[in-house]
Parts: sequence; C-alpha cells; structure tokens
Amino acid sequence: MDTLIQQLINGLSLGSVYALVALGYTMVYGIINLLNFAHGDVYMVGAFVGYYIITNFNLGFLPTLILTMLITGILGLVIYQVAYRPLRNSTRIASLITAIGMSYLLQNGMIYIAGPQTRSFPQIINNQLYKFGAIQISTMQLLMLATTILLMIALQLIVQQTKFGKAMRAVSNDPEAAQLMGINSNQVISFTFFLGSMLAGAGGMLVGMYYNTITPTMGAGPGLKAFIAAVVGGIGSVPGAMLGGYLIGITEVMISAFGNSMIRDAVVYLILIIILLVRPSGILGKYEPEKV
Amino acid sequence: MKIINRTNIGWLILIILTYVILEVLTFVGIIDPFYEITVVNIFINIILAVGLNLIVGFSGQLSLGHAGFMAIGAYATGILLSNIPSTGGFIISILMGMILAGLVALVVGIPTLRLKGDYFAIATLGASEIIRVAILNLPDLTNGAVGISGIPLIADWRFAYFAATLTILVVSNYIRSSPGRATISIREDEIAAESLSIQTTYYKNLAFLIGAVTAALAGSIHTSYFGVINPGQFTFNKSIDVLIIVVFGGIGSVTGSIVAAIALGIINVYLQQFGALRMIVYALVLILIMIFKPSGLMGNVEFSLSQLFKRPQDVPGSIENMEQEKGV
Amino acid sequence: MNLKKGLVGMLAATALFAAGCGSRTGAGGNAANEDEEVTLGTIFATTGSVSAYGTPQENAIKMAIDEINEDGGVLDGKEIELVNYDYTSEDTEAAQLATRLATQDNVDAILGADTSGSSKTALQSSSKHEVPTLSPSASADNYTVASDDTVEEWGWRVAFPDSYQGGALARFAEKDLGAQKVAILMDNSSDYSIGLVDFFEETFSGEVVVKENFTAGQTDFNATLTSLNERDFDVLLVTGYYEEGGPIVRQAREIGLDQPILAPDGFGNQALIDLAGPENLNDVYYTTQFTVLNENSLVNQFVENYTERFGSEPDMFAAMAYDAAYVMRDAIERAGSENRQEINEALAETENFEGVTGTFSYDDMHNPSKSVTILELQNGEAVNTYIVDPDDL
Repeated sequence: MDTLIQQLINGLSLGSVYALVALGYTMVYGIINLLNFAHGDVYMVGAFVGYYIITNFNLGFLPTLILTMLITGILGLVIYQVAYRPLRNSTRIASLITAIGMSYLLQNGMIYIAGPQTRSFPQIINNQLYKFGAIQISTMQLLMLATTILLMIALQLIVQQTKFGKAMRAVSNDPEAAQLMGINSNQVISFTFFLGSMLAGAGGMLVGMYYNTITPTMGAGPGLKAFIAAVVGGIGSVPGAMLGGYLIGITEVMISAFGNSMIRDAVVYLILIIILLVRPSGILGKYEPEKV
Repeated sequence: MKIINRTNIGWLILIILTYVILEVLTFVGIIDPFYEITVVNIFINIILAVGLNLIVGFSGQLSLGHAGFMAIGAYATGILLSNIPSTGGFIISILMGMILAGLVALVVGIPTLRLKGDYFAIATLGASEIIRVAILNLPDLTNGAVGISGIPLIADWRFAYFAATLTILVVSNYIRSSPGRATISIREDEIAAESLSIQTTYYKNLAFLIGAVTAALAGSIHTSYFGVINPGQFTFNKSIDVLIIVVFGGIGSVTGSIVAAIALGIINVYLQQFGALRMIVYALVLILIMIFKPSGLMGNVEFSLSQLFKRPQDVPGSIENMEQEKGV
Repeated sequence: MNLKKGLVGMLAATALFAAGCGSRTGAGGNAANEDEEVTLGTIFATTGSVSAYGTPQENAIKMAIDEINEDGGVLDGKEIELVNYDYTSEDTEAAQLATRLATQDNVDAILGADTSGSSKTALQSSSKHEVPTLSPSASADNYTVASDDTVEEWGWRVAFPDSYQGGALARFAEKDLGAQKVAILMDNSSDYSIGLVDFFEETFSGEVVVKENFTAGQTDFNATLTSLNERDFDVLLVTGYYEEGGPIVRQAREIGLDQPILAPDGFGNQALIDLAGPENLNDVYYTTQFTVLNENSLVNQFVENYTERFGSEPDMFAAMAYDAAYVMRDAIERAGSENRQEINEALAETENFEGVTGTFSYDDMHNPSKSVTILELQNGEAVNTYIVDPDDL
C-alpha cells in the first residue's frame, strides 16, 4: 500500500510536466487546429532560459520563473508571427511542416549555441525530503504540483471568465463568424500562442530544476507524450489536458513499477488508440457534430 | 482504351531511356559509388514519397507512421534474407514484408479511418511507435536494439530503379482508375462523396493499404542495399522526412513527389559540406519554402505524356482542371 | 499550362542533378591528382539525437591533428588535411558519407563513426572501397566481425568491446564487491547497454535478481527505483551513459537506495558529478579508460589543452577520439606512405601504443587489448582505482 501511494506521488510529479506542456498543445490546437510540433522545443528553450538566468543573474525561484515565462511567451509570439501566420490560409499540412521546421530550427539552433552535451541545472531551492511513515515527498515535488495546479487554475479563469477568453472560445468555434462579430482573431491567436508558450517555458524550467538535467534534445520525448496527453484528455479542453497529463504520467509510473518497463511506451500509445476508438474526442472533449 | 497506344508507348520509351542513361552514366563513371548511394537513396525516397502521397495527397488522410511500415519491410527482409541468402529469398522476403505491412495497415486503418480529422494521424503515429517498440522487445527474432548486420547485399540501383518505376506506375494508374477517382473525391469533399454513395471508409483503407505496402517495399530495398538495420533508423523522424518530401513536392502530385525526392537528395549532397550549420540551414529552407510556396514545388500538377501528344485535357487530381470541368 | 509547369520542373531537376554530378566529379578528380597530401576523413554526429557523443570526438580529433601538424606533420613534414562530415545521427547518411570520403575526397583513412550502429554502417561502405576505418567509440562486439564470422579487414576501434567490459564488471562485482545478488537497470533501446548486460550475465557467477529498463532521454527514474528498493540485492548495475546515470544515482540515493552502484565507461564525464550531486556519489564504481585524475603527463596535457580550446573538460569520447587520431598518425608513420593498404597493415602491427586511454596493442579481432580500470567514488571524489587484468577474464 505504501509503495502504491509512493508510486502515485511519483506519477503525479511526472504527470505535472506532461500536463503543463499539454495545456499549450491543447490551446493552440483548439484554436487553429495546428499540431504545433515546435511546442516541445519551446519547453526545452524554457529550461535553457531558466538555466542562463540563474547562472548569470543569480535570481531566485519566482523571478526566474516569471522571466522565463515572459521570454518563452514572446518566443511563442514570434514563432506564430513569422512562421505560422503567413500560412493561415494554406493547407493544414503546410503549417504542420512549418511547425516541424521550427522544431528542427530550435533544437539544432540550441545545439549550435549551447553545445549538445547534457548540463546540470543549478540548485536554487533547498530540496528537503518530508517523510510520512514509509512515504516521502520532496520540496521540488510539492513545488511542481503547486505551480502546475496554480497555472491551470489561472488559465481556466482566463479562458472562462475574461473577455479575452470569450474571444478565444469564439475564434476556436468559428474564426470567420468571430471576425464578423468584430473580434480581431489574429490578436486572439497571438495571445493564445503567448499563453501556451509561457506554460511550456514554465514546464521546461521546473523540469530542469526537478531532475537537474537539461539538453537541447529534451523537448522531443515530453513533447510527444504531452501531445498524447492532450488528445486523451480531449483536445481543446483545459481540464482535459490536465487530466490527460496526470493519467499518462501515472500510467507510465505504474507500468514501470508493477509491470514490464520495456513495454511502457507501447502501452501509452495503445491507450491513446483505444481512447480514440472508444471516445474520439477524448475524455473531456466535447463532441462536435459534422457541419455540412 | 487500348493498352498499346501512343501514350503508353511514350511512357515505356521514357522508362527505358532513363534506364539507359543511368546505365551509361554508371559505365562512364559519372555516377561513381558515392552518387550511386545518392541515386539509390533517391529511388527509395521516391517509393516512400509516392506511396505516402497516395495516402496524404489523394485520399486526404494525414499519416505520421510511414516509417513503421518501412520497418516491417526492412525487418522481413533482414530476417528472411539472412536465412535464405539468395535472390529468391530476397523476393520472398519482399512479398512477406508487403503482406505483413498490408495486414498491419488494415488492423490500424479499419477502425481509425472511420474517424474524421486528425485522429488517423495520431493513430498512425502511435502504430509506428508500437511497431518500433515491438521490434526492440523481440530480440530473438529481431536482435533488439543491436539490429541486424551483415545482410546479403542483393539490391542494387537497377533493382531500386525497377521498384521505383513499378510503384509510380501502380500509384498513377490507381489514381486514374475508378476507385482512384472515388479516393480523390473523398479528399475534395468527404460528405459530398458519401452522399454519392461512395464507400469512403473502404477507399480510404484501400489507399492506406497500397501506401503501406509500397513503404514495405522501400524498407526491403533499404535493407538489402545498406546491409545494416536497427530500430533507430525507423523513428518518427523518418516518417517526417518522407512527409516533408511529399509536401515539398506538392500534395496530390506524383510528379511533385518524384521531383522533390530528387531535389532534396541533391540539396542534401550540397548541405553535407555545411557541418554543424547543416540542419539549421535545412530547417530554415523548409520554413521559407512553406511560407512562400505552401503548395509545394508542383502544386497538384502532374506531368503527363498524353498532353505532349494531344490538346490539353483533364488531368486527374488537378484542381485547375476540376474547376474548369465544374464551369462547363 | 500544366504541362509546361511539369516539364519545366522535371527539366530543372534533371539539370540540377547533372550539374551536381559534373561539378563534384571534377573536384574528385583534382584530389586524386594531388595525392601528395595526407588526408583523413571524419564522420561524426554533430547534430541530432547522438550529437552529444559525436561532437566531442570531432573536437578532439581537430585538436590532435592541429597538434600533429604544428609538430611537423607526418611522413617528413607533410601536413595532415582533415575532411569533417556530420551524419546528422542518421545511419544511412553515415554509409553515404563513408563512400563520399572514400571515392570523392580520396581520403587515406577514416576516423568514425561514433555509435556502434553508425560505425557498422559506415564500415560496410568504407571496406567496400578498402579504406582503413578507425571508430573511436564503437563498442558492440560485432563491429569488427564480418558476416562470415571472420574479422572485418578494414575496421578498427579504440573502445573496449562490450564483451570485455561486461566480463570485467562481473569479475569486479563478485571479487572486489563480494556481490552475490545483483539488480540491473538497463536501456533496452541501446545496443551498448544490451551488450554489456549480456556479457555481464554470462560471466557473473551470482544471481541477477531483477532487470529493469529505462530509455535514453528519460529523466524520471523514481518509479523503477522505488520498486527496486523493495528488492533484496547487493549491487545495482546501471548500464548507460552519464546523462541518465547522473539522475539515476541522485534519485536512487534520495529515496534511500544505498547499495553500491556499478557502471560502465559511459559514466565517464565530468557532468556526472553535477548531475548526481557530489553528496550522492557514494559507493559508485565505474569503468574508465581515462580519468582526469590520472597522474600522467600525457593525460594532463590533453586535459589542459582541450579545456583551454573548447571551454569544457574532455570526456571519455573526446579521449578515445584523441587516441584514434594518434593511433592513425602512428600507423601512417610506420607505413611510410599514405597508401591505404599499407596503413591498414601498419594498424595491425600497432604495439604498445601509449595514449590517454591507456597503453594497448591490437589483437587478431582488431580490438585494443588494455586493462580495465575501475574507479571508486566517495562524496563525488575518486578515492580508489582497481585494475581488472585482461587475463582474469
């Protein structure tokens, strides 16, 4: 039983990472139907930005996190304006290829600038272990959980309660109709990219801190996993991405712990396919009837 | 339509002529061993891209798992050819790979191609990852992560040329056939196609099946030309590489896929000199091409011999022509 | 209209291709004429998923060749020319580049590639054109074995073969650590990891209690480590590189797994200490071909120069590649010419070559025979070294 709870805690910390990255995926996909493959690499850039801020300016956790989020947010904005916006009116596959090109560019650009080797992330939090009987939880794990949940609540509030959120939902529902109602859809999409990239950046930095290791290729794996999480949870839904992230995280941990760790990734993909077959719009996604 | 007509004879002459030119270039030494690898790579990419174009460009279903089917062909050949090291063994292994890839395509396609939107893309991505993980976890059969080496080198550039030509013929004849037109109609408007009582799921599956089988063929040739395979060669990145060729050439243009495979093969040779900047340049080129020519090099235009002989007429898959037809 | 577009596209492509062939062959012809030069080619991944292994190797070789040229070159004052290619972590690209080096650039020998898979693919092409090919870091046993079980005539390496290192780890575990029960944490997507575990199990006389897996690039090992911690074993064997090794050691020690951790030479990187944290690096033993702690002037000089030039301390990969360059110079000098066949014969006669990764000669299977040093870390500091004699295996 203790092991089970301990593994659940492990799963929650891993799931937090996926959830943070999945939030950005889900928002971008929800609004312009783009599989933004560069998103995982924005997460990687976030880790490196955090690394450089801490090593060069010696800031604390919160200022670093806010700065990192701002910088990756702006990066997301620039990526949208330069690479995706000119393609708004062409085929979706063309924008998919641009997204892949962007992903290659960020990854190889970072290899060029920072070198391909693995770096250790400076420790700015005094990581303590809290023990409850046989179960233990660390400061970093608590911090990751808390930050993820806070950011998700903030995002949900923005999407559901603010005027901008309303505009986002409108654009996502029907971009042309939204435009006719006087919504500047381009501005709304830009803002979505900004928000999504901020969250990815935060995720990258937290992961760097938690696992103490960053590399220019770190975005690829969690990028795909987060995407799966977004699909499983229901693409376009904020709580769905969260749920999907934790579900995938916990599943991976449970397979590693009680099953055969060799087939972990295959099981994750299998879950994905089964969910797609049983409930194509994801667990919390809403079913959209076909428009003729 | 007669089988022996001007157009078909023209194509036959073109195929033989290209072969003769390649043979002469090899004999004279202009195609040296380095260019031979480049040429074979181009042929393999042509097979992959034309097959994927049938799925993505003609049936309009985005597949992100082409490398998985290539891996099936590659491993079928790797395993069988190591045990039966002969040309006969090679042919058997190719057929085995194709059958296996076709079966897997049906298993993936039948349930997921009912769905609309990007779900198929995600499912194919998952399927190709599952194939790769399965290869990793069957060490008795596949030798796991170490891969298989020392596979007899039976395929040469002639074989690759023959296979590429065959693939092009099959795919371009398919899209001109009645099932082919039905497949294209799904891409143009699935609901309209359904309302004309076209069994959309059936034709989507048919296109996916043909695409998967050609990918297996490419995998077999890859294996028997390079002689070394491991699961790391068939990752998601490989699927993306093929997709890039398809989009770069023009979605829905077989000619485009061929031109793009040749062009990217040559660009790659030049980029090899750039060292560490190479992938950055490649990424930039990719983004710029998509921004300035999102429909790819050829759009959805086809090179057609019959137009050389006759007055301009309809070319299947060409939007311009379809619009003309609509106007009439 | 359509017809024209199509035709123009095809023609353009054909023209481009013809131009490509023409210009390149010209360059190739030139190189063949001025064969006074000694030219070496390198094939390493400097981009893509394994670039962390390829980049330090390319760096170290560039440095070694510069040193050799400043030192008067080879064969009475000839400068060595380098042609560097990046195979972008794609194996087929390595085959293509090996052919390019052999036929277009007319190199005298090839240094590379890095992983066992890419090295094997490159060797397949280079041996077709009979170019001596020395891979600094290919470790799979089958790298130097041809398909008919004889030795690959043109293939050479600097790294330990996996069988040799796996055996040494097993001997060390049972003899020096007194282990009877071992738990294994391995990467089953890596041929290096699989090879080591296979040969470890073959040699080890005790019991392997449990085998768990991770994948390259993974950062969270808590799940596996938590369940391992419930098992009863004496030593944990982690077959992987420092990128995963560092976090594994850290997370293992944090959850209170305190058995000795045994690892292969993949752990040999300064980053290990930062990744794991010095306070967690207790009772950690790993094989080394090279350590910056060696009391050896050759090593000190290498470490100093490399750090000065590239801004970070050299790792195991850099050290093996540095040796590869000098092994090659040694062979060219003894061959007395830049003839490929003669260089290859000279490589076979390499005798007691003194490098930064130890002193070695080549055996019949083109593997370097050198003793295995195992380093003991306490509080992040190397406190002890053990030597496993090759004769003991």
